Parts: sequence; C-alpha cells; structure tokens
Amino acid sequence: MDKTVNQKAWFLVLPVFLVVAFSAVLPLMTVVNYSLQDTFGNNQFFWNGVGWFKELLDPTTDLGERFFASLWRNLLFSAIILAIEVPLGIVVALAMPREGWTVAVCLVILALPLLIPFNVVGTIWQIFGRPDIGLLGYTLNSLGIPYNYVSNEFDAWATVIVMDVWHWTSLVALLCYAGLKSIPDAYYQAAQIDGASRWAVFRAIQLPKMNRVLLIAVLLRFMDSFMIYTEPFVVTGGGPGNSTTFISIELVKIALGQFDLGKAAALSLVYNLIILIVCWVFYTVMTNAGAERPQKEGSV
Amino acid sequence: MSRIDLVDLAHSYSGNDAPPESFALKPVTMTWRQGGAYALLGPSGCGKTTLLNLISGIVTPSRGKILFDGKDITPLSTQKRNIAQVFQFPVIYDTMTVGENLAFPLKNRGVPKAEIAARVRRIANLLDLAPYLNRKATRLTADAKQKISLGRGLVRSDVAAVLFDEPLTVIDPELKWQLRSKLKALHRELDLTMIYVTHDQTEALTFADTVVVMHDGRVVQSGTPAELFDKPAHTFVGYFIGSPGMNIVPAHVDGREARIDGHTIGLHRNYGVLPAGAKIEIGVRPEFVDVAPPASGLLSATIERIDDLGRIRFARVRVGDSKFAARVPPGFSVPNNMAGLVFDPAHVHVYADSRLVEGVA
Repeated sequence: MDKTVNQKAWFLVLPVFLVVAFSAVLPLMTVVNYSLQDTFGNNQFFWNGVGWFKELLDPTTDLGERFFASLWRNLLFSAIILAIEVPLGIVVALAMPREGWTVAVCLVILALPLLIPFNVVGTIWQIFGRPDIGLLGYTLNSLGIPYNYVSNEFDAWATVIVMDVWHWTSLVALLCYAGLKSIPDAYYQAAQIDGASRWAVFRAIQLPKMNRVLLIAVLLRFMDSFMIYTEPFVVTGGGPGNSTTFISIELVKIALGQFDLGKAAALSLVYNLIILIVCWVFYTVMTNAGAERPQKEGSV
Repeated sequence: MSRIDLVDLAHSYSGNDAPPESFALKPVTMTWRQGGAYALLGPSGCGKTTLLNLISGIVTPSRGKILFDGKDITPLSTQKRNIAQVFQFPVIYDTMTVGENLAFPLKNRGVPKAEIAARVRRIANLLDLAPYLNRKATRLTADAKQKISLGRGLVRSDVAAVLFDEPLTVIDPELKWQLRSKLKALHRELDLTMIYVTHDQTEALTFADTVVVMHDGRVVQSGTPAELFDKPAHTFVGYFIGSPGMNIVPAHVDGREARIDGHTIGLHRNYGVLPAGAKIEIGVRPEFVDVAPPASGLLSATIERIDDLGRIRFARVRVGDSKFAARVPPGFSVPNNMAGLVFDPAHVHVYADSRLVEGVA
C-alpha cells in the first residue's frame, strides 16, 4: 500500500513538538549548558568544559566521594526493596480471592497506600516511628527493643525500607493479580488433570504467565526507588549522618543547599543516564529470559 | 482402564435446590464399557461438557455417584482420579519443551525416568511430534500445540479413560480428518477407554463405536451409528443425525395405519395401544421416502425445490402444512410441481411425545 503524502500532518503534530520542546528538551539543554560552566552568582558564567564530570567520576574529590557513596546507598536500597516487594507482591496476588464481593474489598484496601501523597506517607511513618509518641517506636521500645531512627543507622534504613514496602507492594500485587486473572481456567483444569502440585502449577503456569507484568513491575519499582526523594527526606532527612542520603537528596543539597549549579547539573545528567542504562539492561535481560532463542515457526 | 458407571448422576450449577428442569445435566444412569470408543454428541449447551467435567472431577456433581470399576470415586479430586482430559483449546506449558510438556503428567506422578522417556518417545512417534521434542512449545502453531495437548492426554498408560472435549475445534479441516483417524488408530493401539465430546455428527459417527446423543441435559439415546440412523429413540436424534434430518410429521396412528393429511400409509408393525393424550408423530428418514409421479394411491405433495447433493438428490416437498424431504430416484423428472410420495413401511417409526413407540410385529 502506498503511503499518503500529506505535508499538512506536520502542522498537526507541531503543537506537540512545541510542548515537548518547552517542557523537556529546553530544560534538559539548560542542564547540559550548566554542567559545562561554572558560576559565582550575578548570572555570570565561565566555561569549564568537562571539569565537573571529571570531578564527579573521581572518588578522591569531595563531589565524587559524595556521588559514589549515595549511588551505592541507592543501589542497595533498590536491590533490597525489589527483593522484598516482588516476591511479597506475588504472594499477595496469589492469596487474593478470584471472584465474589471480597475481590472489590481487597482491591480497595490494596489501592489505599498508592493513593496517599508521598510526603504524607513520609509524615505518617515519621510520626509512627517516633519513640516518644509514635505507635511503632513507643511499642518497640516498651518491648525492650531499642529503636530510634533518628540516631541509629540500621533503624533508619529499616524504617525507610518498611515504609517503601508498605507504600508500593500493592502496586506489584495489583499488577500480578491482573496477570493471574488473565490465565484461562482451562490451564488450571489441565494442570489438575496432569496431577500438578501447587508448586508445579506456580512454576509451569502462573509464573510464566506473569512474566510480562513482572517485567513492568520490576522496571517501575526500580525507577521509582532509584529516584526516591520525598519519603526518606521527610522521615530521616538523609540521616543519621549521611546514612540515608540517596542520590536525589544529595542532588538537592548540592543544587539548592550549596547552589553549585554546575556540579548539580553534571550529577543530574549522570543520574539520568544511569537510570536509562539500568532500565535498558533490565528490559533486555527480562525479555530475552521470557522468549527463547529465535527459531522458525514450527508446523508439525 | 476401567469400567465407568454413572449412577443417578445429575448436576446444576446453581446448587442442588434448583428446580429439576433447570439442571444442566438431568439424572442419568449409564455404563461406559472398558476400552470403548464413545462419542458424546449434542448441540451446544446440551450438557455434554458438564458430563465430561463430572467424570474428570473438574465439577463436583449435585447428586449421584460415579464408579470406576465399582469403586465410588465421586468425592475424589481430579488429581486422585485416574483420568486424562484434552480441552477444546490447546493448553501448553510455555516454559517447557515439547518433550517436557509430554512428560509433565508422568513426572508429577513420580514415574521412573527411563519409563517416562520411553513413553514420551512412543507418543511423540504416534503423533508425529518426534522431531520437535527438544523445541520450546510456545512458538509452535495451534495445530501442533493441540497435538501436544492430545499427547499429554494419551501419555499415561494407566488411565481409566481419556476424555476429549471437542479437541479438534482449532485444527484445519484437512488435518482434522488425519487426526481423527489417528485417534481412532491410537484407540486400537493403546486400548484406552475414550470419550469424545463433539457437536459434529460426522466426527462422532466416524470416531465412535457407541454414540451417546444428548439433548437438553438428557441422554436421549446411546447406540451404534447404525442404530441411531435406523431407529432413532427420540425425534431429536432423528433430525440431529442425518443430513437432511428425519421427517417428523403429526399423524393419527391406528393399528397398522397412519393418517397424514387425509391419506393413509401402511405401517410395518401394529400400534394398538398408544399413550392417551400424547402428541403422536411419525418419523421417516428422507432416504426411505421416494418421489414418484402423482397417482391415486400415493400421498400427494407439492415440490418446492430439489437439492442436488451429487451422489443423491433430495426434493423438499410440502404436504398440507408439513414439510418433507424425500429422495428423488435417478432419471425422475417433474412435469409440474405435483408429485406423490412412496414410503418404505419398514422404516416408518411412530413417536409419542417425541419418544419412539415400539410396535408389535
């Protein structure tokens, strides 16, 4: 079929180009511009080349040290919450009822944490964990378990992780539930006929059929957790010390605290690039794991 | 392998307290012989899949019992019953190869590895799947996937029966023929009891030794294809089997005579006592009614059209308010639309309230 040549179409997509240009491309280019210059205020800029990037990627400098420290912290955080939320989400989805009025109840309850604004989530846990008035903190301390997220690094991490699990496991569970619901009954019936155990049903039917939604769940949770800012900022403010200072918190400190626009811009770009690369790797690995090696369409 | 007995088996999807007329399967008592090839034939929604799912245990019956070799297995789960079932649409375990798919039912039951390998190889050879054993099953065509499903049904040697639920729906017409004859051959070779659900009479009649016809949740007749053709026990069997179906027309029957539209037809048997108040009909297959030139001794009819089926021609005729299909003898030509009908008395059956009445010879 011949394509219709119609130059008028350009005028129709032009508004979109303009919106994207002003909302994404121009700000990004501004950041690129900042990352290559230095400023001492007064709107005066001096060319610095790739100096900020060199400094950023050199762990012996102050900037590099802070960047790598927060990067490892952030990667560790993402790894931990993925390791908890994905299996937990699957278990929750498997345990959910398939039909009846309880389905609606479960869905509403699961959706609740997702509907709460991020800084409200932070505030909830900040108060919940306080040793003096918080239900969690007070109870733990009364039980003889010393708990103080303001002074103890481990407690701070535990709080931030449990908070994220509380906030986001629902998303994984809902995605998995949707995947499970799409499996036709015939699969379960066939598995019954084939004498499959509960575990075999999970391995042979449910997990492969959830493959796609799990990919989406892992991507979403990785990106979100790698960009996390609001909740830990509200709860711990990045402390105690720098122990829960993730990249985005570090970035805000540099950009708005110290007003080092050049360093912050360089950090932003590298940060962005890391997220893109990791997502691409995830996506490639997981799609290849799902589909087998290329082979010809077989007709038997 | 075992004999399967259904004792007063019935099922309603809305519970045992539902009105009897709403039951998806009305009470049935019957026996499936060990090693038989059965077809369960009926239109969509007649309860044939329900009956199949009851036997395999996917559905638990509202009442009645199922016996395998005299042992009551009604409360047992599907896993514990020794039964295999193939569904309408292919079910494939995506992450496994063709070979692993075929081995799955055996592996789950802890069959020794060597035996699994031998059995899988045998079934794969029978179904022409051998070259694909090490391939992932997901990328194969629907035909091949359904063959794998069939293979999983046949791979266990110890099953009481293999149940097929319209297994050839997704298969190409040409391959359908091949697979059906293959199933028939497999039945002889593996000596398994097979129950084959279908709404296609050709499929049922070619596959089975015994065809069980279902209508509206009831088993209306079970017999060989010849019995179903020669002596339908129910008017439904008459017009559901055969193409065109049986002619069923209201008539007055008295002794050895039936009156249709003021004309008398001789009957082969004597129907002295007919149930009072019942709706009386006679049924005769188009193959046993011939069109002839109009004559005084014949039932006169108006020919509406003639269908040429190649080997045979059938006339669609009208007698009073009723319609008939009748055979057109070779070389017969119609001067005008008027004709007479010649009946073969031996093949005229009498039905009271749709059920066959046995006459006295």
